[in-house]
Amino acid sequence: MFKKDVSPGAKSKVKSSAQRAIRAKVLETYPLLAPYIDDILPKKEQLDLVKVPDRVSVYSLNGQPLLWQHMDDKIIPHLKIVQQYPWCFQRVRIDRGGVRFVLSGATLMVPGLTSAGGRLPGDEDAGPEYGNDGKELEAGEVVAVHAEGKEHACMIGILKMGTKEMKEKKKGVAIENGHYAGDGLWKLDLS
Amino acid sequence: MADTETAPAADARPAKSVVYCGQCSLPPEYCEYGGTTQRCADWLLKHHPDLHAKLYSEEAQAAALTQNLSSLSVDAQKRAEKDAQKKAAKASAAESREAEKRASSKVTIKRVERNKRKYVTEVSGLEHFGLDLKKIAKEFGKKFATGSSVTKTPSGGEEITVQGDVSDDIFDWLGEHHEEIPEENIELVEDKKKKGAAAAV
Ligand SMILES: [Zn+2]
Repeated sequence: MFKKDVSPGAKSKVKSSAQRAIRAKVLETYPLLAPYIDDILPKKEQLDLVKVPDRVSVYSLNGQPLLWQHMDDKIIPHLKIVQQYPWCFQRVRIDRGGVRFVLSGATLMVPGLTSAGGRLPGDEDAGPEYGNDGKELEAGEVVAVHAEGKEHACMIGILKMGTKEMKEKKKGVAIENGHYAGDGLWKLDLS
Repeated sequence: MADTETAPAADARPAKSVVYCGQCSLPPEYCEYGGTTQRCADWLLKHHPDLHAKLYSEEAQAAALTQNLSSLSVDAQKRAEKDAQKKAAKASAAESREAEKRASSKVTIKRVERNKRKYVTEVSGLEHFGLDLKKIAKEFGKKFATGSSVTKTPSGGEEITVQGDVSDDIFDWLGEHHEEIPEENIELVEDKKKKGAAAAV
């Protein structure tokens, strides 16, 4: 989504009613963030809305991008928030070889997740972190993408294909237009 | 997922603190993909030696290398290698451009006579060497116990204006604190205002 540097458009203040709605949306999508929502989105602070190219809205607090949303898709946190609260997000893991491609803005392909180094819910070796309590992830769900041998997530995005189908087909697009470490949103400074 | 009310976070797991690389902005474990790995490693050694030891130990690198290769097809290996070379080339080109720019940039310390025997010192060009003018102006103010601020120049740039004649002190201070500015790139000049010209300031 943010392969190129992001040139921010006009900034506007988010009304407090809209701010409450965003907060509710975030909690609905990421219920595990509930204990932290006051730290992430303090009630009294003014949230700003910045429009950026490709019909993306970025919500920022004190010049720091916090959340982003493409059209009416799910609202997605900035990757730094994901890295701070990794246990609040559903996740998958790519093999080591895929990291380079993710970090250069390539579409995440299914083989990077189904190979030996990858992890998906339902894998025998998924463990509690990737097991998702035995539930498959559906297309349209937001997932944090972790990487083999790394501590922190390197991307967050919306699944293009359910994880059950991925395991059957072992090919195709897993996530396109995600937000990854080092991309234009990562580097966006609105202060 | 029933209990989504915002309960006090007292018993919640604390947020993870993440180190971000001062060179490439990524968590250091991802520096290897940024193309400025050497500078990243230097930065990490200086600021987080424990993390540096963990990430750049010989064993860690050897392990990464073998795993890296085994999980990639030959074709993908070639692409990855090309990609890495491209990134590194880009980064080093940017670096040498930067170095060239620095070599040809000048810092000017100008003593300007305001009226009678009152002087101000104008310092321009520090931004070419990546210095933050606001911070330096503040530093000068404290160091020389005088007024010091960032001012706009007629050409649209910015410079630091310090009250009083502190040209030599600034020259010495730069030599001591900012060795990255070659001494021969610092120019000391004097601007004696002729009558009438002073009114224009
Ligand atoms: Zn780095």
